[in-house]
Amino acid sequence: MTTQQITFRERSIFATAWVITKREIRDSLRDWRIMTPIILLTLVFPFLMNFTSRAATNWIDEFAGSNRMVIERFNPFLLMIVGFFPISFSLVIALESFVGEKERNSLEPILSMPVTDLELYLGKMFSSVTIPLLASYLGIAVFLISRAMTSPPWYPPLELTILVFFLTTMEALVMVAGAVVISSQATTVRAANLLASFIIIPMAFLVQAESIVMFYAQYEVLWWLVAGLFVVNLILVRMGIRTFNREEILSKELDELNLGTIWRDFKGYFLRPPELAADRKNLVATQFSLRRIYRHDLPQLLRGQGLPLAMVGLMIVAAMWLGASYAHQYPLPAKALPLDQITQDTFKNVQKVQLLNRVNTGFIFMNNVRVMVLSGVASLFSFGSLALLLALMNATLVSFLITQVIMLGYNPWLFIVTFILPHGMLEIPAIMLGFAFALRIGAGLVSPPEGFDVGQGLLLTTANFLKMLIFLLIPMLLVAAFIEANLTPQIVVAVYGN
Amino acid sequence: MIEAVNLAKQFGDFTAVSDISLHVKKGEVLALLGPNGAGKTTTVRMLSAILKPTQGYARIAGYDTVTQATQVRRLIGVLTEFPGLYSRMTAMDYLRFFGELQGMSYAAIDERAESLMRQFELWDAHKRQVGKYSKGMKQKLTLVRAMLHDPQVLFLDEPTSAMDPQSAKLVRDALAQLRQEHRTLILCTHNLTEAELLADNIAVVRQGQIIVQGTPQELKRQLLGHPMMEIRLTSSVNGLVGYLQERVQVVAHGENWVRYSVADPREFNPTLLNELTHQKLSLVTLSEVPQSLEDVYLNIVGQGDLV
Repeated sequence: MTTQQITFRERSIFATAWVITKREIRDSLRDWRIMTPIILLTLVFPFLMNFTSRAATNWIDEFAGSNRMVIERFNPFLLMIVGFFPISFSLVIALESFVGEKERNSLEPILSMPVTDLELYLGKMFSSVTIPLLASYLGIAVFLISRAMTSPPWYPPLELTILVFFLTTMEALVMVAGAVVISSQATTVRAANLLASFIIIPMAFLVQAESIVMFYAQYEVLWWLVAGLFVVNLILVRMGIRTFNREEILSKELDELNLGTIWRDFKGYFLRPPELAADRKNLVATQFSLRRIYRHDLPQLLRGQGLPLAMVGLMIVAAMWLGASYAHQYPLPAKALPLDQITQDTFKNVQKVQLLNRVNTGFIFMNNVRVMVLSGVASLFSFGSLALLLALMNATLVSFLITQVIMLGYNPWLFIVTFILPHGMLEIPAIMLGFAFALRIGAGLVSPPEGFDVGQGLLLTTANFLKMLIFLLIPMLLVAAFIEANLTPQIVVAVYGN
Repeated sequence: MIEAVNLAKQFGDFTAVSDISLHVKKGEVLALLGPNGAGKTTTVRMLSAILKPTQGYARIAGYDTVTQATQVRRLIGVLTEFPGLYSRMTAMDYLRFFGELQGMSYAAIDERAESLMRQFELWDAHKRQVGKYSKGMKQKLTLVRAMLHDPQVLFLDEPTSAMDPQSAKLVRDALAQLRQEHRTLILCTHNLTEAELLADNIAVVRQGQIIVQGTPQELKRQLLGHPMMEIRLTSSVNGLVGYLQERVQVVAHGENWVRYSVADPREFNPTLLNELTHQKLSLVTLSEVPQSLEDVYLNIVGQGDLV
């Protein structure tokens, strides 16, 4: 064996990712099972759409007379569909990107190469999206050219063409980013295909919504959709890279949903102090101790929530501005907030209003707890964003009212001290904390806690949320609800009452 | 060159490796032996910076396998348990792909690939799709891939499995040559003859721990006790057995043969020959019974109290 002097080059992240992409693209190009449908969708499908478009035009000419609007709206819809079908194939390629290699035992040699997780992840992502996306662009081009060359010709507005281009690209990227995440977490190609419904169902809804918007020619809405998809894409890529775990891919063998194990892990996270959350063997730490929870666990959990609390705080600051801005935009008439006419009867009258007839401690408490639980659940399905949105909505409403009070010439500080602070001293911190812990649940999917995979991270953040809710927030909200139902009205009447 | 200290790996509740410490010097060949599921592959995956240890640490040429994983991966070549090839690629394209990932230039890849493929008698099939290769050819190709960037350290998981005797010899010769070139090798194998032939040191792994480690000779001495001799006569050995039982440990005997274990054969065997002359017994052979590594391995793996 001869030993040559080999020189090694340092490559950029994208250059290394491209080596992986290049191989996968070549592999796809050699696979007739991928190429045949793509060619059909790229070169045959647009001609079919052309035929459909012309048939529809002729039908409208025959029966709808001079009303050209229907056909003007129909062609953009067809253009969008021509672009969408080839990219649906990116899902097939992306879904097997990691797990397919694992099944074929070809992943381990790549994992032993000097390639970072990011390079590998990007390489897989680019390779999944490139061929379907190019096919989609080609399909769009074929449709547009054939439509321009056949009678009656149709020339789309430039803005529409650019919009469809971006929309198609973003849809493809979102599908691929989601599918690669699934592929890197699944244990078999079959499991990945089954999980694909989590992408297909939202995309089906999206395309239907886009179609309606297309028929109404509300293109600016579609531009917002492009922006939204871009953000989703960034979140999914970040999630994929953060949750990409070589070990998980190589070692996970079963997709079994074991409720017993899930419950055992969840109980452990709930009962153990935060710093020993992962220490499954520490049975002493798993013993329930109310004293320890209040003296150690809750302060420890609060100390670790700096970033989510800051995010919620930031949302509240934004909400203050938003509420004030809406208040200036939509000023209330003076009689809508007659603070100087408040009497003992005012609160009694409020209870006569049908929707507010049960405004008592129980109602307020249950409402607040429901919001807290909802924020946790909504956070899970929105990567945390809905928890922030709930914080934004609540704070915007408060800011809107305070600004109206100022605009109507009342003393805002007096308003805050009488209407908000008595119960708000407990309720506001409780709700902020609740949103922060709820945000951690959803954010944990994108960025699991250090040393945890997505599933275990989800159990940990949910256990922390519930621990905080049960032992701190619920008592706080209960006291706040009692004050809000019984003391706040008395204080308001004492201050403003006539 | 390879240093592992108290390596452990836990997958959820399952402990794949509980405590492994290794020191392999430059140019040394270490064979990891052990039954399936003993933790050999997990150990190699940790050493090759594919898996992160749950406990302990490992260094390859001074680089930490966790914090300096990329540097480690540049230095090592890994032959994985399964070939895991891309069946639609040609062998040459396959090697170019991995060469590129290693950062090699196209010229270097082609030159090195040709040289190795010729050595392993694959060059004639270098343009053939890998899917059309036989099992043995696939195994050789993955070995070429592992050696492509001329690594200082090689981790080889079952390098000759699925090979015909001729190919296996080719690979063993190549490994012997790597040893001569002072490459450091860790070999996971079930082939005990191969381990005995190639390895300087052998570590037997069971239940995620190294239960015994040493050179093949040390292991034999340590685990199989005194040398075993066999004497064959032209006539019955009945008279001789009693004589032997008074002086050494008789292991077994037949009509005209006896096996015995003796601490110092150089001292005892001449005395025995004198006794044969005295008893007028005709000797056919007197030889040492070869004790293979397989005996050592079965001895260790069969014993639960060695852990």
